[in-house]
Order: sequence, then structure tokens, then C-alpha cells
Amino acid sequence: MDSDVTAPPADGPDIRLDRVVKRFGETVAVDGLTVDIERGAFYALLGPSGCGKTTTLRMIGGFEDPTEGTVFLGGRNVTDLPPYKRDVNTVFQSYALFPHLDVQHNVAFGLERRKVGKNDVKKRVAEVLEMTQLTGYEKRKPAQMSGGQQQRVALARALVNRPKALLLDEPLGALDLRLRKQLQIELKRIQKEVGITFVHVTHDQEEAMTMADRIAVMNEGHIEQAGSATELYETPATEFVASFLGDCNLIDGDLRSRDGVVADFRTHDGAHLRVPSERIDPALNGSPVRVGVRPEKLTLLPADVPAPDGANVLRGRIEIASFLGTAIQYVVHTAGGEEFTAIEQNRLGGGVHSLGPGRDVLLAWDPAHSILVAKGGTHAGA
Amino acid sequence: MLRLSLRTRRSLFPYLLLGPGLLWLIVFYLIPILSQGYVSLQTGNIEQGYTFNWAFHVYSDALSEYGAQFARSFGYAAVATVLCLIISFPLAYYIAFKSRHKNILLLLIVLPFFTNYLVRTIAWQTILADDGWVVHFLQNVGLLSHDGRLLATRTAVIAGITYNFLPFMALPLYVSLEKIDRRLIEAATDLYASRATAFRKVTLPLALPGIFAGSLLTFIPAVGDFINAQFLGTSRQYMIGNVIQSKFLVIADYPTAAALSFVLMFVILAAVLLYARALGTRNLQDAAI
Ligand SMILES: Nc1ncnc2c1ncn2[C@@H]1O[C@H](COP(=O)(O)OP(=O)(O)OP(=O)(O)O)[C@@H](O)[C@H]1O
Ligand SMILES: [Mg+2]
Repeated sequence: MDSDVTAPPADGPDIRLDRVVKRFGETVAVDGLTVDIERGAFYALLGPSGCGKTTTLRMIGGFEDPTEGTVFLGGRNVTDLPPYKRDVNTVFQSYALFPHLDVQHNVAFGLERRKVGKNDVKKRVAEVLEMTQLTGYEKRKPAQMSGGQQQRVALARALVNRPKALLLDEPLGALDLRLRKQLQIELKRIQKEVGITFVHVTHDQEEAMTMADRIAVMNEGHIEQAGSATELYETPATEFVASFLGDCNLIDGDLRSRDGVVADFRTHDGAHLRVPSERIDPALNGSPVRVGVRPEKLTLLPADVPAPDGANVLRGRIEIASFLGTAIQYVVHTAGGEEFTAIEQNRLGGGVHSLGPGRDVLLAWDPAHSILVAKGGTHAGA
Repeated sequence: MLRLSLRTRRSLFPYLLLGPGLLWLIVFYLIPILSQGYVSLQTGNIEQGYTFNWAFHVYSDALSEYGAQFARSFGYAAVATVLCLIISFPLAYYIAFKSRHKNILLLLIVLPFFTNYLVRTIAWQTILADDGWVVHFLQNVGLLSHDGRLLATRTAVIAGITYNFLPFMALPLYVSLEKIDRRLIEAATDLYASRATAFRKVTLPLALPGIFAGSLLTFIPAVGDFINAQFLGTSRQYMIGNVIQSKFLVIADYPTAAALSFVLMFVILAAVLLYARALGTRNLQDAAI
């Protein structure tokens, strides 16, 4: 390992993982992961099952030792510290509430271990129970509470310690959709109120996008891309990110010229598409690429209508047109053999205007909405 | 046909479930107990027969005559139970939390049961015998004087009881430890508990039902045991079980034997209730959920 491991400055990021690797025997769960998480951020780790989210979180919490790499909390190297010496708390996926203790004692557990005075414990527990809307449940045992209530106890039990950061491993995973939506909003509110860093693990992109300020998309043990929801959605760096966050239509081809403001991209079947040069990551140099466009950015035009000036255009035929209420979704078979999805807002009503299956159409979009990504799910920088 | 409302049927259902067990208890427990109660209040002897005459003095006589054996029984059983707990806890803990070969180790714990209780105890006679290697070894390292012996001592009897009843402690302990969710211990360490504190505040309270069950399963039969005292001890180590056994089967003094059995039963009951109170059965129930 290199020796240039630098601790972040004291006013720098709250959590830093530096080239962290975790192996379980043959399995590489986390593969050279580097991330900086800013103080006070609501940071989501998003990725498919088995990509190493939980393992990453457990290394921050101290439950797993990294095979390689360094973990910093608040500027301090904590790689070798046990969990009870780290100023972070975890909300476990299964809640892990103590079944033999009532709500009051579950929540007070951390404060009692840190020898906080009796009166202070009482006060802080009451405060946090109010914040999590659990006042009145002090004497209940976990088994006597609903899933949503237990989830809030787990949150209260962690928050009451006022840790530097709160680690949440799919905290809403076990709840039904309605309750999940409600608690998403509550969690966000609580995070704003207490102002501490939240690291939230989820495999639900919608959840990550509604709640987090920043999202790191993980795949096979590393971070593909980190950024705001808008950045990830509008300018994904990799094919994996493009297709993991929302739908994305992708087409193979080669970059022809990359001079000037727009680059010329020739698709595998000879069509020319324009891509803003600024979208081209220098790291892509020479590697095979794909151009993508989001379904809602596409306009469908009858084939005999001239294409708008300066637009990217592909020819195709409508396979399916589904009426979704607020929108109409088309599946279009392009001349090059791809299946593109297009979504048009239902502005004119009732499908009167809509194009039916079998119609030849033009798929047009503003070149500014083109996405350029490296082919395959690999990390752009690797 | 008798048609019962759903509600009536619902309320009868529990009794239906209880039925077989209840019948069993009446035939094999309640009736024998009543008949022994009847016997315990008789006087007479084996040649002329016994007559029922509300002879409560049988109880006071039995108690005053065999007080020492009573005390010894409870003492030996208590020491053996504590020893079983001390030996079993780390054992059960290891099997539940650390071992990769749980089934093999559990099998090893119950393996002695494949041999008859009496045979196992008689085997201990050989092991602890005066010219056996254990005694020789202890004499050689100086832990036992040259004429010191193990067999026919209090130590041998307590060791025998501990050995024979260990599985009754280890298995319930294992079950209650095995049930504990590891994530609870992680949660405790996450909340600033050191490993020792996590053990004290989470593992131990959650293992209480196992400690409770194991202690009762060990203590109760140990108090009434007579095999260990008979084969590993002398009459100076005799427990109340030995007295009852000889009164019933050797001397045929049925009233005294029955009275001693009753006293034993009530004292055990009282001890168990006190114990349950001390551990807090309500907490036990909650922890078991
Ligand atoms: N204790 C362990 N022993 C062996 N392999 C493990 C262990 N923990 C995790 N792994 C492996 O490491 C990889 C990453 O696991 P991890 O639990 O971090 O995934 P995840 O992203 O949290 O997935 P999910 O969304 O399903 O919870 C998986 O392939 C998993 O099988
Ligand atoms: Mg996980």
C-alpha cells in the first residue's frame, strides 16, 4: 500500500474511506472504495443487492475490519478502533432492539454506558422520543410495537447519543410502501432538525433520490459515481449509473470527432448523433462508448414530418403505445434494432392525438440531452 | 346431535387440548399422591400391617430424625447445581457462538445418556477408586495425602451428581444462548458497551430463561438423588433419597417413607418459588419472547 494516506483536515469531511478493500475469503465485498462524506450531509449509498453497501457501512461502524485501506471519522484514523470507541451510531436493518428492555431503557442504553447523569438521561430520552413521536410508549417492550414504531425506537436509540454520524442500513426495508413514504419524509425532517451526517444504505433509487443530498452509486464493491440526484440522472458517468437510476435508451457507436462544442457520434447503423463535447469524460479516451437518452426527453414525430433543425433523430416504428394517465409510453423499434422507450406527457388528452402501433416515426431529441457513457458497467476511471 | 355455538366450541377447545395431559396427571400423579398421603398418616409395622389413624406425628418424627440428610441433600444439590452452571455456561456459550461443529458437540453432551445412569455411576467408582490412576496422580502431585482417598467422600458424591446432571444444565443454556440474535450484541457495542458490558447487559439477561430452566432441571432431581451417595459415598454422605429408598424397599416402613417424600416435595416447591421470585419470572417471560 502507498504511504500517502492523508487524514482529512479537522473541518473537512466527516467520514473518509481511503482505498478500502474488504475480502471474505475469496469474495471481494468492497474493492478499493474511496469516498468523502461531508459534515451534515444526507448521503445515500445506492446499489444492487450484494454490491457491498452493508459491508461498507459496517466498516464505518467498526463491525468489520477493512482488509486494506483507512477509515477516518471527523479527521481521525479509526481503522483499528472497536465500535464502542467510535462516535457513530447505527440503525440496523432488523432494528436489533433489546427485547428485554422497554423503550425507555432501549433508548437510554447508550447514554447510560457513557455515564451521563440520571436527570440528563431522562431529559434527553424524553426529547428524542418526542422528536420521533414516541411519547407515551416509554414502558412498552419492542415486541408490543408495530414495525414502524420499532423503526422509530431504533432511530431514537441512535439519535439520543448525538453521534457525529448516523449509519442507516436499509432502515425502511421491512415496511410497507405507505409507511415507508411517510417515514422517508420524517427521517429527512429529523436529519434537518439535528443536523448530523446521515449515511443511508438503500437499493431503492427512488428512496435515495427523495431523501439524499448526495448519492453514491455502488457496483461490485466500488463507487461508480457520486453526486446529487440531478447530476447522476442528467449526466451519468457510466452505463451502469445511467441504467440503474431510471430508464435510459442506449445505442452503440463510435465517437468520430471531438472538436468544437459538439462531438459527432456515428451509431452502429450509420446514423449521426450530436453530443455536447463537455459531456465527454477525458477518461473515456478510446474506450467503446454508448450514447443514451432518457425516455421523457424524446419527441415522437410522424415519419413524413421534417425533423426539427439541429435535433438528434433516429428512425423507428412504434411497437406498443400504452396509456398511463398522465403520460403515454411508447416502445419504439429503431432502424438499428434497439428498443427505445419514449414518454410523452398527456397534454392533449384522451389519446386522440396519440400515435398507434405500427406507425413509422422519428425519435427526436435535443443534443444537449444526450448522455455519453463507457460501454459496460465498468468504472470510468479504472 | 348437540349443536354448539362457535363461541362455546371456541371456549371448550382449550380443555380439549388439555384433556390428555390432565388425564395423565390424574392417573399417574394425583391418585398416587393422594394414596401416599393416606399412607403417610398410618402407623403400624410390616408384620401386623398399617392402619390409618391421622398419625401426624410420623411427619415430625421423620423430620427430627432425618434433618441431617435433608440438609445434606439440599446442600449437595445446590453445590452441584452451581458447579454445573459454572462448567456449562462457557461450554454452551462456546457451542452457541463460536463453534462450527455444533451438532457434534451437542451429541457429545448427550452421549453419556446412551449408557445407563447406574452403570455410569459405577464406572466413577472405578475411576475414583483408591488404587485408581486419579488418586495416584493426585497423591503424586501432592494434592492428596498418601492415605487420602476420593471414593466415599463428600467430594465424590458432589462430583458424581455434577457429572450426571450436567447435560440438564448445558442443553437449556445452549438453547437460550443460541436464540440470541448476534445483532443485539453488535447493537450494544455500537451503543458504547464494551464486550464485557454487552455480555452483562444483553447476553446474560437474555440467557436467564436458560439459566432458570437448567438450574431447576438439575437441582430438583439432584435433591432427590440417591444413586451417587450410595455408590460414591458412605452412610455419612447419605442423602434423603437414600433414606426414602431404604424405608420403602428395605425396611418397608411405608408411612415414614411417604412422609419424607411429601416433606421433600414441599421444600423443593418452596425453594423453586423463592428462586423464581428472585430471578423475576415476569422478566423471564418477556425475555423469552
Ligand atoms: N460475513 C461474510 N462472509 C462472507 N461473505 C460475505 C459476508 N458478508 C458479506 N459477504 C459478501 O460480500 C458481498 C457484499 O455483501 P453486502 O452485504 O455488503 O451487500 P449489500 O450491498 O449490502 O447487499 P444487499 O442489498 O442485498 O443487502 C456479497 O457478495 C456477500 O455475499
Ligand atoms: Mg445489505
